[in-house]
Amino acid sequence: MKIALTVNGRVRRLELDPRTALLDALREHLHLTGTKKGCDHGQCGACTVLINGRRINSCLTLAVMHEGDEIVTIEGLGAPGAPHPLQAAFVEHDAFQCGYCTPGQICSAVGMLTEVKDGWPSHVTIDVASPRVELTDAEIRERMSGNICRCAAYPNIVAAIRDVAERGRR
Amino acid sequence: MRPFTYERATDPRAAVAAVSRAGAKFISGGTNLLDLMKLEIERPTHLVDISRLPLKDLAELPDGGLRIGAQAVNSEVAADGRVRTRYPVLSQALVAGASGQLRNKASIGGNLLQRTRCPYFYDTAAGCNKRDPGSGCSAIGGVNRAHAILGASDACIAVHPSDMAVAITVLDGQIELLGADEGARRVAIGDFHRLPGDTPHIETVLKPGEMITGVVLPPAPPGRQLYRKVRDRASYAFALVSVAAIVATERGTITAARVAFGGVAHKPWRSVEAEAALAGRPATMATFRAAAEAAMAHAVGRGHNNFKIELAKRTLCRTLVQAAQAG
Repeated sequence: MKIALTVNGRVRRLELDPRTALLDALREHLHLTGTKKGCDHGQCGACTVLINGRRINSCLTLAVMHEGDEIVTIEGLGAPGAPHPLQAAFVEHDAFQCGYCTPGQICSAVGMLTEVKDGWPSHVTIDVASPRVELTDAEIRERMSGNICRCAAYPNIVAAIRDVAERGRR
Repeated sequence: MRPFTYERATDPRAAVAAVSRAGAKFISGGTNLLDLMKLEIERPTHLVDISRLPLKDLAELPDGGLRIGAQAVNSEVAADGRVRTRYPVLSQALVAGASGQLRNKASIGGNLLQRTRCPYFYDTAAGCNKRDPGSGCSAIGGVNRAHAILGASDACIAVHPSDMAVAITVLDGQIELLGADEGARRVAIGDFHRLPGDTPHIETVLKPGEMITGVVLPPAPPGRQLYRKVRDRASYAFALVSVAAIVATERGTITAARVAFGGVAHKPWRSVEAEAALAGRPATMATFRAAAEAAMAHAVGRGHNNFKIELAKRTLCRTLVQAAQAG
């Protein structure tokens, strides 16, 4: 099938088998290998990208389902000379060891902070009816539970996200 | 993954017409279907994409209820102000399920139709009457820690994995359907999913080609709503046992109560026995325990899951204590 995907602000024309997951379209066809393939079954979060500003697992969706959507990958968030605040915070807080889960962690954190800004509740929110969310460490951990880190850099991942969230409030 | 052709439906009637051909399936969020297609447990030859149908809205109903479009995603329904204030048990159940990423993709209709997470259903080398009718049930006599304690059969002891469906059950929701032949109809959530019997591969009363278009919630009943989920991890795991409860009290007496369990059966399990044991009684632990005993009177363990019977009782008691505090 001939399709057009909008990735990191650019329209990319592709000819794809309908079976192609968005993840494989990004990595194998557009050579955007920042997005990682971990489990390929929606369990690890390494493939997390942003679709219209919301985080999703790119392994569990078909590329052909995303014509017209704004897709943002880790490559679209920042560049080595001009990192996104979360990319900079992950470096500053040493929030990784091997780095394989990091692009997914960062895309997930970007989406998560938008959800918090929009007042979305989580499983640890005491009163789901309250329209405001206080981003405690417990909230960060719960909201990031879809991103697994095999190196267990979790304390530093939480610190990096907390840092960016607090700077955003100042 | 087996090859398939793909089309995007433009309106609901066209979607049900398009799916009438042999081997065709609807795809919505895809978070469960594509997982199963990668494993070749699901093998559609044609996919009809219904994710962009105009079925995403939440709408007020004249009777004070709320209609939720089947293509609304789980996270947006959980975050909707009307759901959070009038149906908090639904919001709580939704955010207790899956991960942030999955909730952003999974639709309300798809959540109702998700398949069991029984490991033998996923293991194509194992016998499974649900995946391959007539091949036996490997969970009976196998590793069955997560399996059903109520309503199971000798053909299947799998459980329904949804948290959301348990909340919709306690809220007496109705499922709106559209079919090429049947037209539009509504089915009460309690009648929507089937017990396994000797046909565990038939999981709902959906007719071939029928599509879920929405979920209708009646006005919320009085009382405090709560969803409590018990699982092996603090987050991002399916329930061992969950309880959805709505409890109304007046001066220490329970005036009305509704109870549903998740993780215990092939469908969300409404317990009319527990409800009868609560109504009109004092809101005390003795009452809660009696309700728990009534709810689990016919529970059967299969070995590894024996613990779930007591776990379900304690989870209900704990939920009722909390719900009765401010009912």
